[in-house]
Amino acid sequence: MEAALLYDRLQFAFTITFHYLFPQLTMGLALLIVYFKTRAFWTGDSHFNDAARFWIKIFTLSFAFGVVTGIPMEFQFGTNWAKFSELTGGVIGQTLAMEGLLAFFLESSFLGVLLFGEKKLGQRVHWLASVMLFLGSWLSGYFIMATNAWMQHPVAYRIAEDGSFHLTSLWGLLTNSWLLWQYAHNMTAAAATGSFVMAGVGAFYLLSNQHTEYAKTFLRTGVTVAALASLLLLYPTGHGNAKQVFEHQPITGAAFEGLFKTERGAGLVLIGQPNMDTLTIDNPLTIPWGLSLLVYDELWAEVKGLDAFPRDQWPDNIPLLYYAYHIMAGLGTIFLGIMIPAWLLLWRGKLFKTQLVLWAILLITPFPYIATTAGWMTAELGRQPWLVYGLLRTSEGISPLVHSGNVLFTLIGFVGMYFLLGILFLFLFSETVNHGPASRQTPTDRPVEKLPS
Amino acid sequence: METFWFIVVALVLAVYIVLDGFDFGTGIIYLFVARTEEERRLTLNAIGPVWNGNEVWLITAGGLLFFAFPKAYASGFSGFYLALILVLWLLMLRGLAIELRNHLDHPLWRPIWDVTFSISSLLLAVVFGATIGNLVRGVPLNAEGYFITPFWTTFLPGPEPGILDLYTVSTGILGATVLGIHGAYYIAMKTEGDLHQRAHRFAKVGGWVLIPIILLNLFFLKNVQPILSANYSAYPIGYTIPLAAAVALGLMLYFCQKGRDQAAFLASCIFILAGIGITAWGYYPNLLISTTDQSYNLTIYNSAASAYGLQVGLIWFGIGFPLALAYTIFVYRSFWGKVTPASLHESH
Ligand code: HDD
Ligand code: HEM
Ligand code: HEM
Repeated sequence: MEAALLYDRLQFAFTITFHYLFPQLTMGLALLIVYFKTRAFWTGDSHFNDAARFWIKIFTLSFAFGVVTGIPMEFQFGTNWAKFSELTGGVIGQTLAMEGLLAFFLESSFLGVLLFGEKKLGQRVHWLASVMLFLGSWLSGYFIMATNAWMQHPVAYRIAEDGSFHLTSLWGLLTNSWLLWQYAHNMTAAAATGSFVMAGVGAFYLLSNQHTEYAKTFLRTGVTVAALASLLLLYPTGHGNAKQVFEHQPITGAAFEGLFKTERGAGLVLIGQPNMDTLTIDNPLTIPWGLSLLVYDELWAEVKGLDAFPRDQWPDNIPLLYYAYHIMAGLGTIFLGIMIPAWLLLWRGKLFKTQLVLWAILLITPFPYIATTAGWMTAELGRQPWLVYGLLRTSEGISPLVHSGNVLFTLIGFVGMYFLLGILFLFLFSETVNHGPASRQTPTDRPVEKLPS
Repeated sequence: METFWFIVVALVLAVYIVLDGFDFGTGIIYLFVARTEEERRLTLNAIGPVWNGNEVWLITAGGLLFFAFPKAYASGFSGFYLALILVLWLLMLRGLAIELRNHLDHPLWRPIWDVTFSISSLLLAVVFGATIGNLVRGVPLNAEGYFITPFWTTFLPGPEPGILDLYTVSTGILGATVLGIHGAYYIAMKTEGDLHQRAHRFAKVGGWVLIPIILLNLFFLKNVQPILSANYSAYPIGYTIPLAAAVALGLMLYFCQKGRDQAAFLASCIFILAGIGITAWGYYPNLLISTTDQSYNLTIYNSAASAYGLQVGLIWFGIGFPLALAYTIFVYRSFWGKVTPASLHESH
């Protein structure tokens, strides 16, 4: 069973990580597309309509990959985590069924309208479709987060004699206190991904001197939203998330902060390598009292370290958890360091001429993906060894009769397939960006394309 | 309450098969009827705005099964482990083929996706047919309500069957034929000219192939799963469903001869709905029938979620289902009528 458990976990982690690369962009872009469509609709300015059309193209591409990689997620609960599904289906089946009925229908129907209906149905309906698409994708994010929040912090349930979980309040499930911070933080991260990509494409066009009018629009919108999102990611949402982890999962918090021993006035480790033999941090760079201050708003507050808990409740991969968390938080700081100055330059009207900052905006584009993935690894590795925190162990959740050979086979299949999908996505993404916006109206507006490559 | 959710799950699944069925059907006939680049784009545009919405009916059916009968969801999905993952891969390939084909205008790019689309559609139609065959025949559930089946054992239905045996292969072929014809009606209805002619001819020939395949299946059915007839004997009113199916089949062939594609397509929808209805009526209250011991059967009673859960689900179902229907109808109405070469230039 050990091997099967390992492969089941690897397969789930791999497929969900890959899946989530796409929805984070689509959810972020959905917001920005609504903004463009609204501007175009109220002012009648076709520039914004063309900008919207370009981003709808990118959106569609990402959406298509999101859909095809999302379907395996829904099914894997049953195929690989049958025991987990059997026991918790009475609770999380609610949110998953609601997601299908209330969110996915909305998204998929109106995407059809957005893509095929602009001429046929008119601008008003087209604008409405963009709003509905935004609602649908953020709603589907909500339901999936509700599912995950319940696994992190189970509420509104009772355990029946056969060990299965029964829901006691739907309202309680949907307003899980954990969910509020998690949703806020995660959706802000999605807005970050969308706006970083938009700003990055803008910087790319401006630096290579093509589509300059669009480049400026993309940079204006992208940088503004990116700066705001970076701020909100740190405070209050990141801070709020961290506080609730220390409140409800103190072991997890101690593990991702690298706090092995209980301390008063605990320091905040910025850099250092957890050493699992000596249970210390090597080469630490620490802000004194930092952690106590952040978690309890008091310099001398006591923070429980890992030594306060029995070892069989420790997360099972502490170094990875620690690095994941530090990568996320470190990148968050770097994002602020780039986007706040960029926004100030924009405000002063100097951004479009400051090459150095434009380069930074271009090169930082992939990093929200990394921060988000690291954030999810923090959440999911931190939950270990539990599948439902404190109630159901991960090892008890897998399908009883599916043997490791089968899972290894499908794991290899997924890895191979997703490798190809990744290449395909990057290829088509760069094709679309190279093609540029508004190529239909003004095909001559692209002087650089003629240059030999 | 359990009965209500049984009907809901069966209904959502049936709607899925009717709607995504014509997408599969379109894929099956695609390479035969759509010869030129323009015809291929027309064919894809006929399903373009709706195929993803159609697929959501499957996701929702899965979600509803998970919500209402978690035990059956867990057992069924893990028991068909490899088969289901293959279905996932095929669904992925089909989705990519439809979405990515027109992203690039290159003579080597498009044929790959055309063939992918067609083959994955065909295989999916066969698999869905075979799945229904597996449900009807039963699976080797153990006392804990779990099972695992290999793809094949002896190819004969028995206490230790594989996923593919004589019977399920025949239902698989039935599935592919029914959906192929279904898709042909749809394309005939949505297009004009040569494309329309070829799809129409395909449907006509398919109709005659269908009848012997149905008879073969009926012959197998009597021997494979006797308990299905119990509900019919107990409640003879159920016989109206096979009757409806027979009438729909007759009308379908009749309208097709007359060249009234829209009516034939409608009849085909009813035929498929009734086909699922026949199975569901005989199956109730089972969700998975055991080939080892009838007392291991998973029924709507021993696999249901809690009473509170089922009840409170009515709230969101009452809101969500009408909305889902409304969006579906809205989208179909928005894109009503034939796709024409002129319309190609309006889309992306
Ligand atoms: C652009 C991405 C991004 C950035 C810059 C940050 N985060 Fe984050 N974080 C996420 C993206 C993210 C995420 C991927 O969206 C997570 C995973 C689960 C969730 O809800 O959000 C997450 C989870 C997450 C968790 C784990 C919650 C749990 O265990 O369930 C904590 C404690 C924080 N974040 C805290 C922070 C702090 C203190 C940051 C300071 C800069 C920060 N995050 C920046
Ligand atoms: C929001 C809905 C999500 C749900 C319901 C969910 C559920 C699960 C489940 C069932 C497992 C397998 C058991 C385990 O090893 O813990 C798992 C593991 C994991 N998930 Fe999630 N997950 C969600 C979101 C995500 C996202 C978006 C990511 C990453 C981008 C992610 C990353 C991981 C990782 C890395 C693991 C492996 C943990 C380990 O093996 O120790 N999860 N999750
Ligand atoms: C952080 C976690 C997740 C978020 C925020 C999220 C969000 C989304 C969004 C917005 C979409 C729409 C397609 C797109 O925009 O690319 C989507 C697609 C999908 N997701 Fe996820 N997802 C997450 C994890 C999961 C998990 C754990 C499952 C498994 C139940 C899942 C199942 C699906 C399915 C089935 C689709 C396809 C829907 C369709 O056909 O329209 N997702 N997801």
